[in-house]
Amino acid sequence: MNDTVIAPEAPGAAKASPLVVRFAGDSGDGIQLAGYEFAKSTADAKSDFMTLPDYPAEIRAPIGTLFGVSAFQIQFGADEVLTPGDRADVLVAFNPAALVTNLQNLKTGGVLIVDESHFDARGLKKAKLETNPLEDGMLDGVQVITVDVIKRTLEALDHLGLGRKPAMRAKNFWVLGLVYWMFGRPLDITRDWLNTKFKKTPEVAEANITALKAGHAYGETMEIAAFPNLAAPRIAKHKRKSRIISGTQAMALGLAAVAALGKRDIVYCSYPITPASTLLHALTRFKGGVRTFQAEDEIASISAALGASFAGSLGVTASSGPGLALKTEAMGLGVAVELPLLVIDVQRGGPSTGMPTKPEQSDLTMAIHGRHGEAPLPVLAPATPDDCFWIMIEAARIAIETMTPVIILTDAYLANAASDWQLPDIDSVSDIDWPRLMPDGEDFQPFSRDPETLARPWAVPGTPGHAHRIGGLEKAQGSGHISYDPANHEEMTRLRAEKVLKVADRLPPIELEDGAREGDILIIGWGSTHGSITQAVKELNAEGKRVAHVHLRHLWPLPRGLDELIKRFPRAVTAELNTGQLSSILRSEYLAPLETISQVNGQPFYVSDLKSEITKRLEAPLP
Amino acid sequence: MNEMSLKPNDFGTDQEVRWCPGCGDYAILKAMKTVLADIGRSPDEIVFVAGIGCAARFPYYLSTYGFHTIHGRAAAVATGVKLANPDLDVWVVGGDGDFMSIGGNHTLHALRRNVDLNLLLFNNAIYGLTKGQYSPTSPIGTRSPSTPGGSVEAPVNPVRFALGAGAKFVARAADTLQTHLPEVLKRAHANKGASFVEILQNCLVYNDGAFGAINDRSQSHEATVRLEHGSPMIFGKEEDKGLVFNNQTGAFEVANLADLESEDALAIHDETNLDRAWALAQLDQPEFPVPLGVIYAESAAEFIEARGFSGTKSKWDRDSLKALL
Repeated sequence: MNDTVIAPEAPGAAKASPLVVRFAGDSGDGIQLAGYEFAKSTADAKSDFMTLPDYPAEIRAPIGTLFGVSAFQIQFGADEVLTPGDRADVLVAFNPAALVTNLQNLKTGGVLIVDESHFDARGLKKAKLETNPLEDGMLDGVQVITVDVIKRTLEALDHLGLGRKPAMRAKNFWVLGLVYWMFGRPLDITRDWLNTKFKKTPEVAEANITALKAGHAYGETMEIAAFPNLAAPRIAKHKRKSRIISGTQAMALGLAAVAALGKRDIVYCSYPITPASTLLHALTRFKGGVRTFQAEDEIASISAALGASFAGSLGVTASSGPGLALKTEAMGLGVAVELPLLVIDVQRGGPSTGMPTKPEQSDLTMAIHGRHGEAPLPVLAPATPDDCFWIMIEAARIAIETMTPVIILTDAYLANAASDWQLPDIDSVSDIDWPRLMPDGEDFQPFSRDPETLARPWAVPGTPGHAHRIGGLEKAQGSGHISYDPANHEEMTRLRAEKVLKVADRLPPIELEDGAREGDILIIGWGSTHGSITQAVKELNAEGKRVAHVHLRHLWPLPRGLDELIKRFPRAVTAELNTGQLSSILRSEYLAPLETISQVNGQPFYVSDLKSEITKRLEAPLP
Repeated sequence: MNEMSLKPNDFGTDQEVRWCPGCGDYAILKAMKTVLADIGRSPDEIVFVAGIGCAARFPYYLSTYGFHTIHGRAAAVATGVKLANPDLDVWVVGGDGDFMSIGGNHTLHALRRNVDLNLLLFNNAIYGLTKGQYSPTSPIGTRSPSTPGGSVEAPVNPVRFALGAGAKFVARAADTLQTHLPEVLKRAHANKGASFVEILQNCLVYNDGAFGAINDRSQSHEATVRLEHGSPMIFGKEEDKGLVFNNQTGAFEVANLADLESEDALAIHDETNLDRAWALAQLDQPEFPVPLGVIYAESAAEFIEARGFSGTKSKWDRDSLKALL
């Protein structure tokens, strides 16, 4: 097939609505890298944005297969951008498999850039296609730009004499160059990065830069329509510096902040698991503040973290669903001995190995209730990548003030989603106070309690005069000696629960998100769905509907006033990436008739889907 | 470090000891108090971490800091203690269930990492606290509530397990030998790294006499050989027997000293010889005396130090954070 170029209308040219671009190809094609470079150039163009990598669990699946497709999506615009977007305005497909699996993510009328070099019999067979989608009508309704990217890249790099294989590796930069042309982006950021990255192998840098320029020139020569450059005034107004940050990076920096604010190293112990491992990688690179430990298994990691807390550091561990299940016995010990501990769960599709790279919010019930015995503990969930930073500090304060393990629920979407991040003003944040003990420990009572918080003192080994023994056996209130006394166990069980419930006394009162104060329906969300729900509610209210939104960062204890808030609305609906776990908890706590907007397809909510689900409920007769 | 010069009994607590009368654990506790007094560190700088089981109650009876954790995980918890504060003396106590069964994985990794912990395995070859089931160190044929017809599983040899895991300090002792045991414990403490000590411990109720003459003080010298680095391996109440290493078979043999032309023929114990340690670990009654003492010791990089962590003071502050942002 010849290179054919259709000059598309530029969607979004008339109105400055945000644009969504999606790259899809083999997991070895450098899709995530190209996507990240595009995000950097978006930040440089002063647009607001949010990105989402969507990749398979397989590291290098056989080339060209449906299950080996990796994708990266970005939404950017002049106004605040809260999600990576629903369907794309522009889809770049590197092979038939990427086209088939991602075409559903392209808007009707959207632009498809497709590398036709793999649409031969072999490539079609790998994608399980019987006919060629470039010819069989599958692409009707979208604007197709076909380019033989491999041929073009090889031509462009011919003079470098690299040989076919190394030259082909630059094809993602050729495509990136073309996309840069379409959005009027300069090449210098990516060019500079390539020069730094491949300092020791300048021939690789040169090949990629040559490809980048060639792709860009191709767009210019073939007069492929360019999209408007979407400048975002919001970003230009930032007083402080900003950077691109993912939820995981924000969590890592949040933990580094905990160490700085507490003036004490924290001890981070974990066992590799997708999608939590990247947190260990990020923390290990810091030059201080966090002592990292890759343990032999999930159980060892939480056990070591708890040991670190016993010895006076804040112990932190992280995992995903299956790992959280393995950690539950040690969490029970943490509750019993009343030591601070942070347990981060980067949720993914379950049960069991499930869908390791895909988000789901299905560990909520396990986080709140999933332990043996009566073992309540606080459960928090950050809402945005920015919040991932702040929630670490808040969770550390709660854990230390209350002397309790705390679970933080994030997910595969929030961990990987990246957005522009205004750097925090650390000087305005108060210190984290480590409890200090008087040197005289003559009558030291390890299970005496602060009258306000009910927390016990934290006397750490090395403190003179305070040597004491703790353990999983029930302890006598006050002395902490082993006790099987029935009345004492009853009292201790109630004290441990009350101590956790009292955390709610110290939380700010629950507030609605921006939007309707009163209305016909209340949408209750938690965690990573914040962006999608906020956008859906904003658009519905702009259309004249009356929709309110409350977003829970504290799942246990539930914030004060939530009960009354829910009952103020004729309808209350949770929107969650599970089958209704928050709904069921709120129903049982408040006896409120809640409904659920549920999704468990391994993807974040589409704003359009949320809007139609909310509208459906608004139109239904009241229960 | 400690100016008060504490006596063994100063390391006891007001807690009533809850082991069965006659349990070997009493003897180990007594030896430990002697050792702690001899070492002379303040109880405030010592931590005992234990798992679950009879042995794991140990921390409650010592006036140091103590953490009675969950079954099998004591070595992992103790690793965390050292990560937070490498200056503490940390002892890990567990039984054969804790160390060799449910927590076998953690024993393996604490040893291969060479974390500065003193790991004391109280081996009584039976599950005591759960009422007498066979354990991973019970010999084939052990009759127990869960193996009424006798167990069929080959037992694990803890010393060989430790050597196989790459441990750099491996020793064996017995509960009742109150002169020998404290010396071994002191050596374990002096070693910077993971020190593994198997203590043969008699369970009077469920497995009495499991180690035969070894921990019977009147017969012990016939049933054991006390290893000393650089010395010939001589045993017997009358010091009339010894071990010879047959280079042709690559195995130890028992010899009567009277039958030897000279004592030069006796094998000399070399703690740093891993192959000999491997061979020694397998010697068992009745054919051989059971080797007690430091079987293998070699200095190697300690984990926490190698990771670059020291003390409890943090150099990390708001300025370090700002530089990172």
